[in-house]
Amino acid sequence: MTTAANPTAPAFASDSTLHALDSAAHLALYRGMLVIRRTEEQLARAHQSGFIPGACHTYVGEEAVATGVCAHLDRKDAVFSTHRGHGHALAKGVPPREVAAELFGRATGCSRGRGGSMHLFSPEVGMMGTSGIVGPCILQATGAGYTFKLLNQPQVGVAFFGDGAVNNGAFHEGLNLAAIYGLPVLFICENNMYATEIAFSYATRNTDVGARGALYGIPGVTVDGNDIMAVYAAADEATKRARSGGGPTLIECRTYRTRPHAEGMRDGGYRSLEEVDSWKQRDPIQTYRARLLAADKATADQLTAIENEVKALAEEAIEFAKNSPYPDPATASEHIYHA
Amino acid sequence: MRELTFTAATREALSEAMDADPRIFVVGEGIGVRGGNFNTTAGLYEKHGPMRLCDTPISERGFVGMCAGAAMTGSRPVVDFMFFDFILDSMGELINQIAKMQYMSSGRLSMPIILRGCIGIGNSSATHHSGNYYPIFAHLPGIRVALPYSPADAKGLFNTALRGDDPVLFLEHKSLLNMKGPVPDGDYAIPFGQANVLRNGTQITVVSMAFMLKKTIEVCDKLAAEGISIELIDPRTVNPLDIDTILTSVHKTGRLLIVDETFAPCGIGAEIAAQVVARGFDDLDAPIARLNGVHTPTPYSPALEAAVVPDNVAIERAIRDLLAE
Repeated sequence: MTTAANPTAPAFASDSTLHALDSAAHLALYRGMLVIRRTEEQLARAHQSGFIPGACHTYVGEEAVATGVCAHLDRKDAVFSTHRGHGHALAKGVPPREVAAELFGRATGCSRGRGGSMHLFSPEVGMMGTSGIVGPCILQATGAGYTFKLLNQPQVGVAFFGDGAVNNGAFHEGLNLAAIYGLPVLFICENNMYATEIAFSYATRNTDVGARGALYGIPGVTVDGNDIMAVYAAADEATKRARSGGGPTLIECRTYRTRPHAEGMRDGGYRSLEEVDSWKQRDPIQTYRARLLAADKATADQLTAIENEVKALAEEAIEFAKNSPYPDPATASEHIYHA
Repeated sequence: MRELTFTAATREALSEAMDADPRIFVVGEGIGVRGGNFNTTAGLYEKHGPMRLCDTPISERGFVGMCAGAAMTGSRPVVDFMFFDFILDSMGELINQIAKMQYMSSGRLSMPIILRGCIGIGNSSATHHSGNYYPIFAHLPGIRVALPYSPADAKGLFNTALRGDDPVLFLEHKSLLNMKGPVPDGDYAIPFGQANVLRNGTQITVVSMAFMLKKTIEVCDKLAAEGISIELIDPRTVNPLDIDTILTSVHKTGRLLIVDETFAPCGIGAEIAAQVVARGFDDLDAPIARLNGVHTPTPYSPALEAAVVPDNVAIERAIRDLLAE
């Protein structure tokens, strides 16, 4: 298997977006991606050290997607995510320390220790949950869109999901429902070419996810998911359309996770090391860094300052998690019902 | 007191709630202009329009999952399945998402969603339009299961469902839908987990639910004429289950029979029996008896269908047998 199985998608308004955004916006995007990367590097290390009792699926290599989409959202917009959801939670504004503490199973975690990596909840910032089941996030984001349309609110629902979800019935039903009701929803497919270790090219005869939008009568585009400018531009158009009553959009972001499906699993076997390396060369953060410098959108000093600040933030998150208490066992069956 | 059918009573509750709360909306197949296969929403589309009376494609998993997301974000969906058998296509959304969402979010999300539809054997409905299923749902933490018998209970329990913030399965036996009964004027709600004692008696406690209650009441009244004193209890909700009312009754009568249209294994009767044995063993003067429908898919032919559901004769025999123990 080579990268030819998933060719780099055409640059979606990438250069014009690079030039249109001001330095402050660029630095915020750069920082956003870096927060995800540095936090997850710490989480992977903590998993190896035995601090994380459950699963840990990292988003390393895919940071441009969550960051480029969530840049267009505020706290009231509702994000629904997958098992690979740390990046979505962090991009939506959940503090790294709350994500870390949740994976550590601590009372200070964003789900108060009830969820772990695959059940990150922070409704206060519109993070409506990562999920251990592939597919439901598509339907729930559609439902958020239903609420916003019903109550005349300007928000959007956003579903992040992988290529593994698009052959699931929830994809079909969710996109169809969002289409017929004209709901303000973004369907963001992170096509990283593998569902666990099953190649997307094996799982479908049509690997062009963006083209599936047309099947439901909604706009569908494919962008290079490692190019944050392309993701940003596509999400900008889609959120504007959704907020102005234009209905849902499907965006396929072609990307790659450069770590295993989950921490502790094998890296290769189902994919070649050459393939992994070729995607590491296209690292979304390093690529963006080089473009910012080349376009004079940032100075090396500015970027270094951000790198230092984010490194400290991620390290502090782990310290916070380590020093946080476990939940009181007496609360294990609280919150099953509202009343 | 005025009389309404079961369906008119729930429709009145829904209509009043939709007038008062713009966050409530209904989804289902044919619940818009058509007013619902069982007239559950008749007249509401004209008043509230297509966003609040939302006709759906035949897409059960899709619209249940959609309504989960809607409930998480501040609206209050009512899913009208027509036949409750159709919920089975959305079990993952119900069990993994709706039932667990409040817990997973440590109580920071609420899940105000009602999933309603008709259950029950009768009218040659055959296997795909006759399931009862409530023991399956009562097994799960995170959802409430209401099983009303009378029109008055239907309205009161539906009001509780409409006003609460928990997922509620509201199961309406198809043989009850057109039965009339007195319904109080004015606003009222019946809390979940409060059984209704329909007949007071001293010799035997009979727990029965949904359409089985109609038959059980007829048998009770027949036997009362012979001087047999039966205490008849309708739990009204099976999650939560009001075991205390049953225990109090068994303390008085010493005998317990559970009459249930659906299956015995791992069923409501098994749960009631286990709890009564655990907490009221010394009150029992005889083994606890169960009378259930046959453990089989529902057959179509009237001759076969009648053979799988307890009838008045079987209920009477079960009561007499237990009294003779």
